[in-house]
Amino acid sequence: MDYKNTKPCILITGAAGALAQQVINRLRDHYQIVAIDFREQVYLSEDIPSFRIDFNKRVFEDLFRKYHFDGVIHMGRMLASEETRSRRYNANVLGTQKLLDLSHKYGIKKVIVLSTYHVYGAHAYNPALIDETAPLKATELTMDLVDSVELENLANIYFWRYPDLHITILRPCNIVGPGVKNTISRLLSSRYSPVLLGFSPMMQFIHIDDMADAIVLAYEKNSPGVYNVSPEDWVSYQEALGLCGCTRIPILSVPPAIPKFITKSLKLRSFPSYLINYFKYPVVIDGRNFAKHFDFKIKRPLKEILRYYKDQKAN
Amino acid sequence: MSLRSFLKNKLVSQDLVKQLDKIEKPVGSLGYDPWGFNVDTNQIVFSLYRAIYNRYFRVEANGVEKVPSRGPVLIIANHSGQLPIDGTLIGYSIATRDKSPRLPRAMIERFFPTVPFVGNFLNQVGAVLGDPANCAKMLENGEAVIVFPEGVRGSGKLYKDRYQLQRFGNGFMHLAMKYNATIVPVGVVGCEETIPAIANIKPLAKLLGVPYVPIALPVIFPAKVILNFGDPMHFDSKDVLEDEVTARVELVKQEINRLIDKGLNERKRLF
Repeated sequence: MDYKNTKPCILITGAAGALAQQVINRLRDHYQIVAIDFREQVYLSEDIPSFRIDFNKRVFEDLFRKYHFDGVIHMGRMLASEETRSRRYNANVLGTQKLLDLSHKYGIKKVIVLSTYHVYGAHAYNPALIDETAPLKATELTMDLVDSVELENLANIYFWRYPDLHITILRPCNIVGPGVKNTISRLLSSRYSPVLLGFSPMMQFIHIDDMADAIVLAYEKNSPGVYNVSPEDWVSYQEALGLCGCTRIPILSVPPAIPKFITKSLKLRSFPSYLINYFKYPVVIDGRNFAKHFDFKIKRPLKEILRYYKDQKAN
Repeated sequence: MSLRSFLKNKLVSQDLVKQLDKIEKPVGSLGYDPWGFNVDTNQIVFSLYRAIYNRYFRVEANGVEKVPSRGPVLIIANHSGQLPIDGTLIGYSIATRDKSPRLPRAMIERFFPTVPFVGNFLNQVGAVLGDPANCAKMLENGEAVIVFPEGVRGSGKLYKDRYQLQRFGNGFMHLAMKYNATIVPVGVVGCEETIPAIANIKPLAKLLGVPYVPIALPVIFPAKVILNFGDPMHFDSKDVLEDEVTARVELVKQEINRLIDKGLNERKRLF
């Protein structure tokens, strides 16, 4: 049965995540939201249909038939810490392909794809303020980030092949704040956090509220392209941990095989071996293009972000 | 209290803070910039470096006021002395000049970021990985950047080749033309004598993954250093053939040669 939309309808993937829920809260008054997640069915409210669904299953298309989406916000990317490499590939790459195929088939006019700054790769020779034209070199470091890079490549192919989809790809820096459960947020929340001895790369952090605002802006302005999203503020990793009240546990950093062996052996969820280079070399992105184009301003400054993690430990 | 705050309280004088505060630096809320420069670390290092600059090397900086007070600038100098002491002295002289001080950024060798502690430390005092993309972004931001177009060919040369300019790369000229940056040539005299090397152990350098391993005494000699700043040079941004770019580089090289000769004539004794 067809669902009669009274408001423009948006499909939001990754609805179980804290960021998706922030985005939903910002859009729900003006849009009909349909929330999906591959991990779990989340209850959001009476007026928001929510499903646990695998993009690769045929029933996924029924949602497009039923709800006549106007736009898609794709945040349902399985993190590198989740599942096996092949399952991530199926979910992130093949799943995204299915999503984009269906979006094209059902005439959707706006697609936002949430990517990550990890796609640039953490290399010793990285310049600072990496802009959107820089090559995506994450796969030179680890095969565990292949799906993230492939997801981007796929979105780029569809961007050119189907301009009517109006795809906007966002590459944010570290998203942190209440409810965020990614690697860096876990590290900032911990009382004891590992560091590589003698290395403290520059990092950028964006508050979950600001990132949700950025996604909403990107959706509403509908200006397709690839954009880095980051504030113009920077701090070294070790200083960030210190300001969050974490005790730093140094790990021997050279030769590079040693920290890899240690992290692999200990299987630290918050300090995975495939991200080890991101704690050694900086990946500082240039978010000025997005800020200028979308008139985006940060509301939660860096000090407030770090204070949140410190206060969390005190409570 | 962190070690950095402790050192800052103990070492940094109010005068120095006042002097360095005169310099406009686009840093974030915690005193860092995107390349890792840190305001506090820089103040501590400048405090320690004051004596090295004034008493150890007794630096004479002639014409330092020729570096424009704002806008993109490339400070082009001859490189010598195995360690990048010349870059630090040029940087210090411009940062501590009376009128419109600036904090120029020095481009460093690519292997530094891979060395624990050293890479981060150099970044915190304003040095930046010598990548054209970094230089371009800094010029875009209106910064002053110190470039040694000879690279390791200059710093790693032996004492017998002192004050003989090695081949200059053309990269700096392309950047100057693209970003309309002023070029200020500098002739450095004295740094060749700080660590005189008689040979380079190339196989060991290859094994260690470093540009050179000099045979030299493990001492940095207190040679008197003379920095002669030349008149600013401007080159238009017209699309020209590479030969023309090379010719422009040659003009800068000639001016640096002239400034080196001037310094050598001015120098009364080595130490």
